Amino acid sequence: MDAIILQILNGLDKGSAYALIALGLTLIFGTLGVVNFAHGALFMIGAFCAVTLSRIISFSHEVIDETRTDFLGNPLKVDVPYIYDWFGEATGAAIIDWSVPLSILFAIPIMIAVGVIMERGLIKHFYKRPHADQILVTFGLAIVLQEIIKYYYGANPIPTPAPEAFKGSFDFGAMIGFAENTIIYPYWRLVYFMFAALIIGAVFAFLQFTTFGMVVRAGMADRETVGLLGINIDKRFTIMFGIAAAVAGLAGVMYVPINPPNYHMGMDFLVLSFVVVVVGGMGSLPGAVLAGFLLGILESFASMRQVIDLIPGINQIIIYLVAIIILLTRPRGLMGRKGVMED
Amino acid sequence: MSKTNLTRRGVLKSGAVAGAGVALPTIFTASSAAAYTNEPTGSSVTLGFNVPQTGPYADEGADELRAYELAVEHLNGGGDGGMMNTFSSKALKGNGILGKKVEYVTGDTQTKSDAARASAKSMIEKDGAVMITGGSSSGVAVAVQALCQEAGVIFMAGLTHSNDTTGKDKRANGFRHFFNSYMSGAALAPILAANYGTDRKAYHLTADYNWGYTTEEAVKTSTEAMGWETVAAVRTPLTQTDFSSYIAPVLQSGADVLVLNHYGGNMVNSLTNAVQFGLRDKLVNNKNFEIVVPLYSRLMARGAGANVKGIYGSTNWHWSLQDEGTKAFVKSFGTKYGFPPSQAAHTTYVQALLYADACERAGTFNPCGVAEALEGFEFDGMGNGKTLYRAEDHQCFKDVLVVRGKENPTSEFDLLEIVEVTPVDQVTYDASIFGGDLGTCNPGA
Repeated sequence: MDAIILQILNGLDKGSAYALIALGLTLIFGTLGVVNFAHGALFMIGAFCAVTLSRIISFSHEVIDETRTDFLGNPLKVDVPYIYDWFGEATGAAIIDWSVPLSILFAIPIMIAVGVIMERGLIKHFYKRPHADQILVTFGLAIVLQEIIKYYYGANPIPTPAPEAFKGSFDFGAMIGFAENTIIYPYWRLVYFMFAALIIGAVFAFLQFTTFGMVVRAGMADRETVGLLGINIDKRFTIMFGIAAAVAGLAGVMYVPINPPNYHMGMDFLVLSFVVVVVGGMGSLPGAVLAGFLLGILESFASMRQVIDLIPGINQIIIYLVAIIILLTRPRGLMGRKGVMED
Repeated sequence: MSKTNLTRRGVLKSGAVAGAGVALPTIFTASSAAAYTNEPTGSSVTLGFNVPQTGPYADEGADELRAYELAVEHLNGGGDGGMMNTFSSKALKGNGILGKKVEYVTGDTQTKSDAARASAKSMIEKDGAVMITGGSSSGVAVAVQALCQEAGVIFMAGLTHSNDTTGKDKRANGFRHFFNSYMSGAALAPILAANYGTDRKAYHLTADYNWGYTTEEAVKTSTEAMGWETVAAVRTPLTQTDFSSYIAPVLQSGADVLVLNHYGGNMVNSLTNAVQFGLRDKLVNNKNFEIVVPLYSRLMARGAGANVKGIYGSTNWHWSLQDEGTKAFVKSFGTKYGFPPSQAAHTTYVQALLYADACERAGTFNPCGVAEALEGFEFDGMGNGKTLYRAEDHQCFKDVLVVRGKENPTSEFDLLEIVEVTPVDQVTYDASIFGGDLGTCNPGA
């Protein structure tokens, strides 16, 4: 029982990332009808927003420490962040320590701008083109974006830790009556799950309870009629693209303490997120979220030693296997709507 | 008025004789060029540096390339000479190799076997490279080594740690200076036993490919010989990025040590996840839970950041060694590039010098002559103490470093500290245990 709870917990944080990326993907598909293969790159850019802010905050000047030497035997040059000079060492260190949560504020305007520029500058020219063209151009864009990031940040992962207060783990098993050390769970993964839930809730609330959201939903259902009513639906869809980019970016920002970011991380998530969208149902927001968590949990279970011993290699194929089964039994996915991508 | 008597038959006869006359010297030249592949005929010799310039190990490849450029500079008499001043063999004069200026071409392995073979092939066939060297993966090393064997050029392996490179996949034209999985296990086990005791239960997470298997096997065998028990060994997909579902069950297994047989991005993520789960803060079987990383690289230590603190592993070489060879190399490299060299830079620099030295001693670039000069060659002054290039498998035997993540690093390059220099005798094994057949040297052409 404890092993099952453990893997459900693991699946939740994994599913959080899938759900957030897939939510943005399906939002773009549902509004603009575009299959955006650059969406993983937006996740990656969000992660590098956190890296960038961390570097900006840690921007330093060199101080010579005569008591120590460097690898060539010269007096050691020690980097002292300017923020220490401005706010004192304790406050400066605390600000650096909290750079990842602070990056949320930094990333939102950047990601919206990136999304809007991407949509207005490139993707809008492919609205009336076949999906294959959209896939090719957005995939190409993803490669360009990741090479730009690699050029400036290198190929190596960059450690960007969580605040000290959220490092380590807690014994969830002991809290619910199991033996000690049977179900441990890292604090930051819990934060990530709660953050994902908050963002998903906010997106749904925005679409459900605001006039803007109502128009967007109407546009998703019947774009032409909304246009005939004199509403500039294109402008709203552009904004939705920016919001979808921000959602993916925020997923990336908060992910960096879980795994150090590298230029390729978007691609690592991209294919899985597409599977999530397809399993959830193309264009279905609740479907994307449901499938994200479902596949995250299934992937965790498939990684259990007992399961691998029983079915070797299952951990590598489980998501695709489930996708095949669901698409065979429910061709539109779990919550897909009739008529979407069926023309 | 002169009269010419031109007939069709006469023109043909004259043409044939003239053609044969023109072709004669070429036939002789071609005959001598056919002695071996890409025999240098001009005033220069071309070496092929095949390193990852794109892909996940691009940073490691960049460091290898820096080291090769430094080696070329030293071989051609530039710079301060680096390890050429401390190398026990004095055959290198700083006037290139055999009096020919050293030039080089580069290829991008992308850390993919097919891409690495294609770039090596291009450097051999189009650029006339007489030797291929470099790389950051055992899969690539084995693939390129086989290609070089077929093409008839020497392959001086870069960073490759699998036993197979000089074990079951060894080739007569291939040589490895870097250490291997067996040596890591043999060097690490006594240190682990001394620090963590002999009554330990180990849980292995192993990357699901050749290097992972050989490393797991080496560490298991060595630690079990010390009294440790292996509780489980779980294979993880090479493409895995989040290891939480593999790490979470570790504590439930009763294990008190986690061995991460991962390299590169896999290791960075698995170690980060393990520390995140608080494994190192746990007390299991009344012992502190410990994590071991059999193979460290600077790339990995930098990626994992503070998570490497206090964690044991092994390396081929480290810039903080205090022998004269290391000091000379670190000074050259550090002065030129502004930071200390990595172990990848070291092994590639040494391989370039060893190749050049072998050519000088053999008096030829012929791969068979070079191979003969390298086989059984004993040397010193290259940063690892006395070293032997064993003739039976073309593997270098030298001291192995056991290192630990440093608690208080002074820079992003000062992440590991040397715990033990394991003597070469402790890591030496019988050449036959990993099978394979060296075959015979192929000069090509």
